[in-house]
Amino acid sequence: MNRLLITGLLLAAASPLVAQDPAPPIDRGVRVGISYQPGTRPRLVMLPGPGLDSVRAIVGRDLDYSDRFEVLPLEPGGSTVTSAVNYQLYRTLGADYGIEVRADAAGVVVRLHDIGGGTVRQEQPFAIPAESAPEFRMAVHRISDEAVRWVTGTPGVAATRLLVLIDKRAYRVDSDGAAMTAVTPAAETILSPTWSPDGRSVAYTKFLDGTGPIMLQDLATGRSQRVAGTESQLNITPAFSPDGRTLAFARTDQQGGTDIYAVNVVDQCCLRRLTVGRFADNLSPTYAPDGRRIAFVSTRPGTPQIYAMSSDGTDQELLAPYDYGATGASNAPEWSPDGASVAFHRDIDRSPQVFILEVGSRRFKQLTSSGRNSDPTWAPDGRHLAFVSDRSGRQQVWIIDTETGRIRQIGLFGQVRLPHWSRRLGGVAR
Amino acid sequence: MKSRSLMVFALLAAAACGGKKPAETPPPAPAPAPIDSTAIKAQMRQDSIDAAEARARAAAEAAAQLQVQLSAQLTALIHFDFDKSDIKSEDQANLMRKAAILKANPALSIQIAGNCDNRGSDEYNLALGNRRAAAAQRYLINQGVAAGQISIVSYGEERPVDPANSEAAWAMNRNDQFTPTAGGNNLMAPK
Repeated sequence: MNRLLITGLLLAAASPLVAQDPAPPIDRGVRVGISYQPGTRPRLVMLPGPGLDSVRAIVGRDLDYSDRFEVLPLEPGGSTVTSAVNYQLYRTLGADYGIEVRADAAGVVVRLHDIGGGTVRQEQPFAIPAESAPEFRMAVHRISDEAVRWVTGTPGVAATRLLVLIDKRAYRVDSDGAAMTAVTPAAETILSPTWSPDGRSVAYTKFLDGTGPIMLQDLATGRSQRVAGTESQLNITPAFSPDGRTLAFARTDQQGGTDIYAVNVVDQCCLRRLTVGRFADNLSPTYAPDGRRIAFVSTRPGTPQIYAMSSDGTDQELLAPYDYGATGASNAPEWSPDGASVAFHRDIDRSPQVFILEVGSRRFKQLTSSGRNSDPTWAPDGRHLAFVSDRSGRQQVWIIDTETGRIRQIGLFGQVRLPHWSRRLGGVAR
Repeated sequence: MKSRSLMVFALLAAAACGGKKPAETPPPAPAPAPIDSTAIKAQMRQDSIDAAEARARAAAEAAAQLQVQLSAQLTALIHFDFDKSDIKSEDQANLMRKAAILKANPALSIQIAGNCDNRGSDEYNLALGNRRAAAAQRYLINQGVAAGQISIVSYGEERPVDPANSEAAWAMNRNDQFTPTAGGNNLMAPK
């Protein structure tokens, strides 16, 4: 409605700006959880300018995906571009902020305009590589994250990537769904790819005949090495400690049990066993951001449920309450970056649904209810979650903004599984 | 090999018979219709070769048949209920036959791989598959099979027999697979 109004205004004004359908691949039909009111978020417009259309397009889409703004759609690169910003026009459109991107010697200069006040609120030059360079898109995403910081005080999460599994191979993809790149060799069967906190390497289970070591792969060189202590047996569900020094994982043993271990991956030493299951399986460890607690899955109540322990294996306790015999299996926990919650999935009528547990109060919030929704993973802002859903008919990764309930699909080919969201990549301050 | 030596023996025996000429005697009168002794001898020789070959073939077929049967019994899948790792009663006879074969062939070792349908959690299914493999391993050891003959592994939901999404496919995919890893040729039949 809002959008139609804007379109009408634009056409009436016969301005050089042309209203358009939202060309960036966001499907308006997927805004299922309209729990926000249009107008409660600041309205932002990407100001037109000469050249740099792809930069403006990426930044505009990132700002839309940040879910912090209502991004007003304008045709990039209008026919007449003046150096002065027509604040009056954008005020008429209802815009609160305008982002201006202009070329300069080293790259671009980005200005945040306060439309209401008619002033420039922030201005900063950014070095960006040529559009053909592999790091171009990440550099632009970092501009977006900085713009979010200017307005909200905390950076966005555009300069991040997701690891996903498609047909037994790991791929990485930018947070906006672009630039999908294979990470592991085509011939290998792998599972559970997970980022190191610095984003420079990934760990995953590599299936061999009869064993499954955990591999640590350097993303820059592509070289991989077996993690010490995972040479025998099947070793699964790796997770890094927040300082990146320790890798926790689960190992299946020859007696049918599965238990959690931790190993120092810097010195490739010092394997420690953290759980002693005997008659229960323990797996899927996830560190709290302070590194002192680990949430994990244990079958000690008969069905898999979410437990927690100290990172040395002591002080084990039930984390997510359940009703014996009534509550479905609960799996795939991931501790939020702010430490306040643990996301996981729990079977409701045999279909997994994504839940968030508030660690302090032990209260739940069920985020999904239609289709099968599983394997949630947090964005670094602790606000967005990616998860797997078959709601579109295919198993795909979706991203939900837990504040507004807005969701969007990361459209990829094939059946997508086990996403893991990186921390902020490449030097954006936290 | 065995059938070949039998054939050679049969051929030699036939040749020896053929080499012996009967003594010539004056034909009694009235002479009956002449007997073509050469043809009879050739026929006898051929019959003896055929019989030996048939016996050899039958023996080889029986031996091969037995190997096929033992191998089929050894590798026959067992199946599980959803999210369960209990051995079902209908699979007990199957496991008993495997136990007998393993005991009759101490050099034989097998790997049991536990598998799951794709409805459970991907990662939890690896633990569940391992428990399914261990359930069969425990059953076999309880029947007296040496623990060293069995190793277990889990493939979770990663190696479905039938990748379809249907009750029938899921039921097929919740299984233990049994693969010989050593000493799987020329198995001895259990007594």
